[in-house]
Amino acid sequence: MTAPEDLRAGLRGAGVALQVGPFVVRLRSRLDRVERALALFYDRQLLPPEQAAFADFHITLARASGLHWLWRPQARFFLDGRSPFRPLPLAHAYPLFEWGLNWCIAQHAHDFLMIHAAVLERNGRALVMPGEPGAGKSTLTAALTLSGWRLLSDEFALLSLTDGQLVALPRPVSLKNAAIDLIRERYPQAVIGPASHDTSKGTVAHLRPPDASIQKMHDPARPAWLVFPRFAAGGRDHLAPLDRAVALQRLVGSSFNYSVVGAAGFEAAADLIEQSACLELEYADLDATLGLLNDLTAGGA
Amino acid sequence: MTSSALTQLLAVLGAPKSAGRLSLADWDLLVRVARVASLEGRLHALIEEAGTLPEVPPAPRRHLHAARVLADRQHAMVRWEVARIHEALAPEAIPMMLLKGAAYVMAGLPCAPGRQFSDVDILVPQARIEQAEQHLFVQGWVCEGYDAYDQRYYRQWMHELPPLTHIQRKSVLDVHHTILPPTARLHPDPDLLWQAALPLDDHPGVYIPAPVDMVLHSATHLFHDGELENGLRDLADLDALLRYFVAEDPGFWERLTARAFEMDLARPLFYALRYGREFLQTPVPDSAFAALARARPSAPLRGLMDGLFRRGLIPHHWSCDGVGSGAARWLLYVRSHYLRMPLHLLLPHLVRKAVKDQRKGKRERPEP
Repeated sequence: MTAPEDLRAGLRGAGVALQVGPFVVRLRSRLDRVERALALFYDRQLLPPEQAAFADFHITLARASGLHWLWRPQARFFLDGRSPFRPLPLAHAYPLFEWGLNWCIAQHAHDFLMIHAAVLERNGRALVMPGEPGAGKSTLTAALTLSGWRLLSDEFALLSLTDGQLVALPRPVSLKNAAIDLIRERYPQAVIGPASHDTSKGTVAHLRPPDASIQKMHDPARPAWLVFPRFAAGGRDHLAPLDRAVALQRLVGSSFNYSVVGAAGFEAAADLIEQSACLELEYADLDATLGLLNDLTAGGA
Repeated sequence: MTSSALTQLLAVLGAPKSAGRLSLADWDLLVRVARVASLEGRLHALIEEAGTLPEVPPAPRRHLHAARVLADRQHAMVRWEVARIHEALAPEAIPMMLLKGAAYVMAGLPCAPGRQFSDVDILVPQARIEQAEQHLFVQGWVCEGYDAYDQRYYRQWMHELPPLTHIQRKSVLDVHHTILPPTARLHPDPDLLWQAALPLDDHPGVYIPAPVDMVLHSATHLFHDGELENGLRDLADLDALLRYFVAEDPGFWERLTARAFEMDLARPLFYALRYGREFLQTPVPDSAFAALARARPSAPLRGLMDGLFRRGLIPHHWSCDGVGSGAARWLLYVRSHYLRMPLHLLLPHLVRKAVKDQRKGKRERPEP
């Protein structure tokens, strides 16, 4: 644990090191809102300098230069001194960090098959939920995380190409729009950070992962269920078996680097399908759907 | 050369076993420097060949490995692309010669393993270039994202078509008809290149340049034509090619220097050998420098070029930058254009490009 003044000095000096799943991130920033977000979300993942001689990603979040900072202050993301994207409004500096980190991982972590999916674990068995934006994946992930499931990842499944296990990448769950209040009301214990309005995804706020998820960050999990959620307002909540070939096709379709890792990626994806019950989830009511997913662990499906 | 990461990178390129002696803190910077130099995959291959990979700590090894995975994927793509290009050109019997990365990979040369690259470069005879463009077009290679001015610039002044992009695969193909623009200071004859070209095994109609020409072309591209973003990688290619060709053919140096004069490419070869020896200890005999004596720049110019290339060739990474790095890169950029065309053509072009780049800067890539 690091004292607040150390965090501030670190961020403004040589950078602070964060253990984010299998990666070490070295982050520098003079922005107060980044410091606050870090204190809120990553306080349990700060590494002492002697354990962080090597970092995977060297990230800086800074005020964008240029005259327009006078009327429209912006934040810029730098990976090792190079800025791969456009700046965003200063108020979105923390979401910019999370999105930028996603980009860093997607560009470099080819020792995994990376899948755009949530991963949660219960009793040693993992639930993998790929989902298109708007499928309600983050809301479900937050609700499951707050009701006894361990969070491995909100939107970045890391499937090891060597042993087929899912490696945890626990980071704050990004909640969008109506989901923010929904989760806040249902789960009074939820720690949710300040909202960023008018991002490309609407209003975004992040949920702090529970302690258990962080403590077990280095424990991988075996896949057991592959569930494709689809939010259907007013529909009937139900789980239906999904053809394995279709599931495989959809799974690799949600991968960021399937075409890069080639045959190893195909084998890892096929193994995951083989070990998992493949299901399609139509979801309208959070309680009903949580019931369905919890029933899975009781030995159903 | 003050940066310790750069010194270590050069040491590992020259003696991959030395990678086993680096600390985690060394790797922390070395991986990043190798990354901007597009040398991560190459480092992986060299260290693996030396049997030293197990001595590299897992954290940096993962990054080298990831770059290698990416490079292997690029090589598979290049093989596929070459086959498709060949399919487009073979029915009309248009010969194609592979250049640079594509040639190294297809010919299995020792600089290929782990080498990262993006485009495929080919040479076709000038008389067939229009026909080649038509047949490539039919197979899906189109020229997109170039306005009328760019199109005219390429077609009127350059030694290549504007880059072609495959409409489905988005792969980029550069089709050259000679080594340098017709307006350039040097005038290599592409017919000589074709006469000496070697057929690629198992690919009828596909050629690679003869070893001497391959070295000359790569040297010319690096020192006369190119931007130096990947300068050290290209110099490492040349180093590996030279060591290999010399081992195969003891008369190689003599033939290389003679060919350089025949092709009017002696100056770029001089630079390649000079900086190869300086950065990577390329074993260039003094006799080769003596043979090139007439082509080397005069002493004051040599001093200036040393100052520019010593800054321009090293990785464009903040940890390697020193006093004058930015200015040196800018001067080398201007030089590459100045060597391409006379000033009365160049100035209007650069002005136009500067205005356009500035407009483009305002339409940067959107957020992730």
